[in-house]
Amino acid sequence: MEKAKPKVLPLNKRGMNFEMFMWIITRLTALAMYGLILTAIVGALIMGARNQMNLADVLRWGFMPNNPHVLNTDVPDLAPWSTPFWRTVASLLLLVATAHGVHGLVAIADDYIVTPRGRRIVRVLSIIMMISMSLIGLYVIWIS
Amino acid sequence: MGLTRNVSLATALRYKGQGPMWAYILHRVGGLGMATFITIHILASFIGGNVGGFFNDVYQNWAFQVFIFFCVLFHAINGLRITILDLFPKLIPHLREAIWVEMAVFVPLYLLTVYVIVSTALGG
Repeated sequence: MEKAKPKVLPLNKRGMNFEMFMWIITRLTALAMYGLILTAIVGALIMGARNQMNLADVLRWGFMPNNPHVLNTDVPDLAPWSTPFWRTVASLLLLVATAHGVHGLVAIADDYIVTPRGRRIVRVLSIIMMISMSLIGLYVIWIS
Repeated sequence: MGLTRNVSLATALRYKGQGPMWAYILHRVGGLGMATFITIHILASFIGGNVGGFFNDVYQNWAFQVFIFFCVLFHAINGLRITILDLFPKLIPHLREAIWVEMAVFVPLYLLTVYVIVSTALGG
């Protein structure tokens, strides 16, 4: 009896490497951001956004749920908008978005910077940028 | 070394890539716009003071908000289309129809947002 051929190639034969991994991560972080943004929008509606905010303000809160984003609206009390839960959602969104965005910048830079040396410089700069922007963003979210 | 172009810019602009090409270009413009804006925004709220205040005034301008909402909404909705097609490759033959569906979601949502931003800016 001949062995049945496996229908699915193992990951290493499908060319799983760092770039492929980041390609998947870009898609998965996009879905994760959708989940976090929907959480924020639903939360805003529960907290009374329907009467106190307009569409643009709700979307702005959705894209980054930290309390300065509702300062200029008719929300009477910032306390429910500044809980550790919302700061955690905002932090997750920040970290996921930074990773997604910095990888996107590297992908764009790779279209124009083609020498190995140039690409190495781009990667070092992108890692520095990703870590520093994540830390600064976390500081802003938890201090405001 | 470096990038060599086989076509002139004028030829490239006449390339009739239609929907998918424009989605690709706008996705890239939106991504770059957001990356630039968010970097400056985070740094400005970190620094505060006069510099931060200057950038905050720029963001609160309705023209800037119309631009940045275009970047964010188009990138988000086009990105969802890309994600769905990539995770379910059987749908890729329906790429052009997917772009029409995407525009049917994006255009009303974006026009409504622009209407809210502009009417708030003019009325209040």
